[in-house]
Formats: sequence, structure tokens, C-alpha cells
Amino acid sequence: MRITVLIPSAVALCATVAAAETVLPGDVTFADGAIEQPLTDGAGDPDRGKEIMTSRGKGNCIACHQVEALSEAPFHGEVGPPLDYVGEYRSAAELRGIVANAKMTFEGSVMPAFYKTSGFIRPGDAYTGDAAPADLPPILTAQEIEDVIAFLQTLKDG
Amino acid sequence: MNIRTVTAVSIALIGLAPIAWAGGPDDDELVINGDIEIVTETDAPAHLEELDTIYSGWRFRTDETQALQLDDFDNPGMIFVDQAMDSWGTVEGTEGKSCAACHGDDPAESMTGVRAVYPKWNEDAGEVRTLAMQINDCRQNQMGAEPYGYTSADMTAMEALISVQSRGMPVNVAIDGPAADTWEQGKEMYYTRYGQLELSCANCHEQNYGNYIRADHLSQGQINAFPTYRLKQAKLIQQHNRFQGCIRDTRAETFKPGSPEFVALELYVASRGNGLSVEGPSVRN
Ligand code: HEC
Ligand code: HEC
Repeated sequence: MRITVLIPSAVALCATVAAAETVLPGDVTFADGAIEQPLTDGAGDPDRGKEIMTSRGKGNCIACHQVEALSEAPFHGEVGPPLDYVGEYRSAAELRGIVANAKMTFEGSVMPAFYKTSGFIRPGDAYTGDAAPADLPPILTAQEIEDVIAFLQTLKDG
Repeated sequence: MNIRTVTAVSIALIGLAPIAWAGGPDDDELVINGDIEIVTETDAPAHLEELDTIYSGWRFRTDETQALQLDDFDNPGMIFVDQAMDSWGTVEGTEGKSCAACHGDDPAESMTGVRAVYPKWNEDAGEVRTLAMQINDCRQNQMGAEPYGYTSADMTAMEALISVQSRGMPVNVAIDGPAADTWEQGKEMYYTRYGQLELSCANCHEQNYGNYIRADHLSQGQINAFPTYRLKQAKLIQQHNRFQGCIRDTRAETFKPGSPEFVALELYVASRGNGLSVEGPSVRN
């Protein structure tokens, strides 16, 4: 009974994933640090973006950034600038570029690249301390990057 | 106009409220047992051009954590010093010897000043040796005993016992002569941006000490105070454990405790603390 219910939804899920045009990490084009084209056609979900920014295994953005709107999640760091009004003065394309690979905007930045899969020194398998698998995934998926961008765009004055 | 300036201007334009920064090390002074003065702040050694002043990690901890180091009765690390004192006198191995058989009953007489100069070049072996390597060399070649695991409880306790004999003395590791190549290797590692997060030791401990990274108040990552009793782990932590943890946290494949890479890194990191006092066993959160 359960199985018959589950199969159609799994098929539906695969179908949407296959239909979405996803730009792979190696194919991203930057223009002055920004990425014009969304990484996937699925619209970004700001609520999921919020979760990604606070969860340690995902973006963990608040490890380095203070964000008023995320004050219910404890412990915001101060390695990077506060992001409270970043939706005001940064375009979606600029934000996408910064989150995908901040070093394309800020040379030598301490901020990690969240949509990059090669060019690392001794990459690991997440936080295990072991070597990375051959097909190292980016820290965030294309959809997760879009979710984060959607949330960052809500960070405006008033 | 570069992007940094644009950002700064736009932040100024929208009138962002000033943020309360953590503001670096505190001003507390460390005197252990009302007697042993610990230098927790001093001029950076000449080879360390990127910093003016070096600080012990103690200066970045909360008052509560700091207080545990003021008196040996409150320092949970001292229990392990007592345990190691027992091992010091215990005969082990095929040669029927203990540490005391060669170094005397009182480590204060033979071990004062030792911690301060390790890692150190060993001429006979033709290698830079950490204190842990020297302890195991004694066990294997003098006592005919099994080596301790590099970061085992027995090893860290023995290191704590040896550190205590030098508390208050300035760290003074040699970086020139035959140790120079190893030191260079360690220095290169310190500035290498490891892992998927592409972070070097310097990114956190040189560029960002004094800042919070999530709930952690970043120190300069000095090792003058090792071994350190970590309240979170409720045991003594060896410096190679700490290196391993920090590299793992960059989403990198780490090196192994006792590996040539970590020996080199230890020499370099120790040298960044030349002038701070030997402080171990210390207490950290
Ligand atoms: C290890 C630290 C670190 C982490 C983690 C981090 N950042 Fe950053 N971020 C920085 C720093 C530092 C800067 C400032 C740029 C520079 O000077 O390098 C920055 C800049 C930015 C900017 C540009 C701000 C402006 O005023 O233009 C945005 C947007 C941003 N980060 C978003 C994020 C998001 C979203 C995440 C998580 C997915 C994240 N950051 C994770 C350190 C970090
Ligand atoms: C992503 C940030 C980060 C990186 C990169 C990093 N560390 Fe750390 N390190 C920390 C944090 C957080 C702590 C705990 C707070 C403190 O003492 O600074 C710490 C603590 C330490 C300590 C303990 C200091 C004390 O007094 O107890 C040492 C030693 C250390 N790090 C060395 C290193 C070395 C060597 C490297 C490079 C191999 C390194 N760290 C890379 C974040 C980092």
C-alpha cells in the first residue's frame, strides 16, 4: 500500500530534477565577480535559504556574519561583515557570484566558495578528516544557492 | 574604486549601526598559585613579521575558564601530572628501567627548561624531534618498552608533567641551523589554504584572532600552553590533536598525529610563540 503511494511521487521528483536546467559548478561564468544566470530554473525559496544559512553542515554563514533577521539562531560570528542590508546594495547576480565563489569578487577572501568542486588542496569528505570522494560535491547545491540568494534579497531597510 | 570601497560606502550611506566587536584579548594577568608569573603577551619574535604582539590563548577565554588556571587545585589538568609522576617511577620494558632510573627521582631537577626548547634538532638522529618523539625514543631505546600512542592519555600526561617543570619560562625553540628546512616546511603549511573551505591557519589565527567565529573567540592558535585540558572533551589534548581538529574543520583531509608534516608544523607554530611562557597543562573550553 505504502509502496504504491511512494512510487509515483518518487517518479514525479525525478522528473522535476531532470527538467530543471542546472548550471554545473565547472560551467559557471562570472562577469566582474557576478553570475547573471540563475544556477537552476527552480525559483529560490527564502525560507529554505534561512535554514541553509544557519545550519552548520550547510552554509553556516552566521559562523562569520551577523544577520539581525536570523537572530533566533544563536552565535553569529564577526569574521565577515554584517549582512543586514545586503539586499539593498547588492544585485541578485552579485550575490550569486559572492556565494558561489567570493574570491571572484574579493580577491583572496577568507569566505569559502560554496559552488566549486575542484582546485582544492587536500579536500576532505565534509568534516570527517578523510579524503574527499573523487566526485566531490559543492558545499551547496544549485538550488540551495538560489534559496540563499532569495533570502539575502529580503535583507533590506524597512 | 574597488569593490571593498563600494561596500564600505554603501554601508555608510544606509547608516548601519556600529557593531559591538569582541575586541581581541582581554587585559587579565596570569599568575599561577599566586607565584608563577606567566607572560601571556609580548613582542612577536623577529621572524614573525605579520604580527607585532603575541598572546597566549588564555587571554581569549572567559573569566570562568581563565580562573581554572589560577590555582593548581582548580586545574583539572594537574590530575594527569600526578598520574604521570607515578609512571615516571614505574619500571617498564626489557631493560628494567623507569624514567627515574636515568633522569632521577625528581623531574624538577632534570626536566626544567626542557619543554621550552622543543621541538628541537637531534644531532644523532638527524631529525627535528617533538617532546612526544623524545619520550617514545626513551621508552623504546632506553627502556625497551612499548611506545606510547602519539596522542594517548599516557603521552599527554607525561608531556604535562614535563611542561610543569618549565612553567613561566619563555618558549625558545631554535629555527635556524639544521632545523631551518623543517621550520620552512611548517611555515609553508601555516599559510596553505587547505580543504574545501580553503582556509589556512593564518586566515583564522593571524588575520582574525580576537574575532568570533560562530561561538568561538579566535585566539592566535599558540601552543605555549599545551597540553591543554579541554572542558568540552574532559581530557588533556595534545597539540597534534588540535592541529588535526582545525584542519578537519576546513573540510580537508587531515594529517596524522606524529606525521612529519605535523612535526614541521609544530616547530613553526611553537616558534611563533617564542617569548610567551610555557603554560601547560592549561585549561580551555
Ligand atoms: C569563513 C568566513 C565566512 C563564511 C563562512 C561566509 N562568509 Fe560571507 N564574507 C566573509 C568575508 C570575510 C567577507 C568580506 C569580503 C572580503 O573582504 O573578503 C564576506 C562577504 C560576504 C558578502 C558581501 C557583503 C557585502 O557587503 O558586499 C555576502 C553577500 C556574503 N559574504 C554572504 C555569505 C553567505 C550567504 C554565506 C554562507 C552561504 C557566507 N557569506 C559565508 C566571510 C565568510
Ligand atoms: C576555520 C578556522 C580555523 C582554522 C583554519 C584553524 N583554526 Fe585553530 N582554532 C580555531 C578555533 C575556533 C579554535 C578555538 C579558539 C581558539 O583558541 O582560538 C582554535 C584553536 C587552536 C589552538 C589552541 C590554542 C589554545 O590556546 O588553546 C591551536 C594551537 C590552533 N588552533 C592551531 C591551528 C593551526 C596550526 C591551524 C592550521 C593548521 C589552525 N589552527 C587552523 C579555528 C581555526
